[in-house]
Amino acid sequence: MLELKNISYSIDNKLILDDISLKIEDHFVAVTGPNGSGKSTLAKVIAGIIDPTEGSIFLNGEDITSLSITERANKGISYAFQQPVRFKGLTVKDLMALAAGKTTKIAEIRNMLKEVGLEPNDYLYRSLDGSLSGGELKRIEIAMIFARSSNLSVFDEPEAGIDLWSFQKLIHVFEKMVRKNSGNVVIISHQERILNIADKIIYIKNGRVEKYDTKEKILPDLLNSVENISQNGGVV
Amino acid sequence: MDEIQKKILYQVAELDSLPVGAYNIRANGKSAARNSTANIEIIPKTDKSGIDIVIKENTTNESVHIPVVISETGLKELVYNDFFIGDNSDVVIIAGCGIHNCGGQDSAHNGIHTFFVGKNSKVRYIEKHYGEGDGRGKRLMNPRTVVHLSEGAQMKMETSQIAGIDDTLRSTTADLAENSKLEINESVMTTGDQNAVSEFTADLNGENCSCNIISRTVARDKSTQHFTSRLNGNNVCSGHSECDSIIMDQACVLATPELLANSTEASLIHEAAIGKIAGEQIIKLMTLGLTESEAEEQIISGFLK
Repeated sequence: MLELKNISYSIDNKLILDDISLKIEDHFVAVTGPNGSGKSTLAKVIAGIIDPTEGSIFLNGEDITSLSITERANKGISYAFQQPVRFKGLTVKDLMALAAGKTTKIAEIRNMLKEVGLEPNDYLYRSLDGSLSGGELKRIEIAMIFARSSNLSVFDEPEAGIDLWSFQKLIHVFEKMVRKNSGNVVIISHQERILNIADKIIYIKNGRVEKYDTKEKILPDLLNSVENISQNGGVV
Repeated sequence: MDEIQKKILYQVAELDSLPVGAYNIRANGKSAARNSTANIEIIPKTDKSGIDIVIKENTTNESVHIPVVISETGLKELVYNDFFIGDNSDVVIIAGCGIHNCGGQDSAHNGIHTFFVGKNSKVRYIEKHYGEGDGRGKRLMNPRTVVHLSEGAQMKMETSQIAGIDDTLRSTTADLAENSKLEINESVMTTGDQNAVSEFTADLNGENCSCNIISRTVARDKSTQHFTSRLNGNNVCSGHSECDSIIMDQACVLATPELLANSTEASLIHEAAIGKIAGEQIIKLMTLGLTESEAEEQIISGFLK
């Protein structure tokens, strides 16, 4: 269980997160809101990439506010980047092995790649560089999160920068993840299909949590928000 | 060979016993072991230091090991190794040099390797350079490689300077005949106040020949590197050279690519990039549980792989 207590974050005198307090206990929680509302910053604060200006973060009751990215990772927090990072020379196998731990067998890595719809023989020994498409990189990023068997997995807009075809495949991966029920999943998204598979939805606006409830209670309001649809081209 | 020599032999050629096939192991300026096979003959030169490696035509699935180890401080050698590879062959050549210097005088290996690759032959050439030892004497390495590719010949060079070489001038020149292909993958790491100069020149003379040079380097501390490549497109041909460097600390890297087209049908490309390790790469690996320094080492070892 993740708990945020009075989290604020400001930079250059601009308040990005404004006194956020919430508990994430459900298996699959989606975070949504307009562009610039602070969703990605919130994800980075949870992963330890950004230190909050104020407030505390607790994982399963333990205060992890002062822990580094590495220490949080070793506590079981995983973070999938909105734009997957590319590495010249490091192969998919190298990164999957790092994610899974040194004792992982190659057969297990193959299975994880299959889980995200990638044929292992086509990808294992490829460098994680510009030769891979956005959709392929996203799925490899997700496979790395699978490999870590995390207590808490945070995905920052997995749908960003990929085509419709790749998005369809991505949805299947997340649906599979929901069924597997392994740890808490926090996913930042604008996409209705992703929001639809969440247990609960957090709606953030101007750095504040405006709504946090079940998808049944939140989603219809969001879909009816004509004003936001026209402004953002999505469901919010 | 003593234990130190055995250790550096393993570093440069991954040998902990005599290899299968043809070999010539040189230790402290002398041949420590030599073996020829039915198809590969190793002949010592009589007019200067070095050997001729003569590979019969149609020789396939065979290898030659010619590593060099130096553990004597102050030893400086100039060695000429000439490779005559017969037509239609397919062989692997493993070279490399390791210097252990615990003394006060400089030790140096200057190796000149000349390849005459026969028609339609394929050669894979692997060369590793490595230095160690805590003496004040420098470890110097100046490899010069000259490649002559006949019609339809292919050569793949994988060269690396793993660590511990204080000063190096790595020079490679090649001329390519019709339908021949040269591929070079170089990786170099310099630390401390080491200096590395790497120079490539390829004359793409034959119709439809191609050359691809990829150099990846890491410069740390106060070390300096200079990469030069020159592709001369003299016919219908394609040439590509790429220099990628990671620069760290107070290091200095200079890349000077040159492309010369003497034919309207020559297609030549150069890419060069020098930069520090991207912060997001380190953060990504930290989210997988690595510390910052572990992440940095992983990125460097992957880059140089």
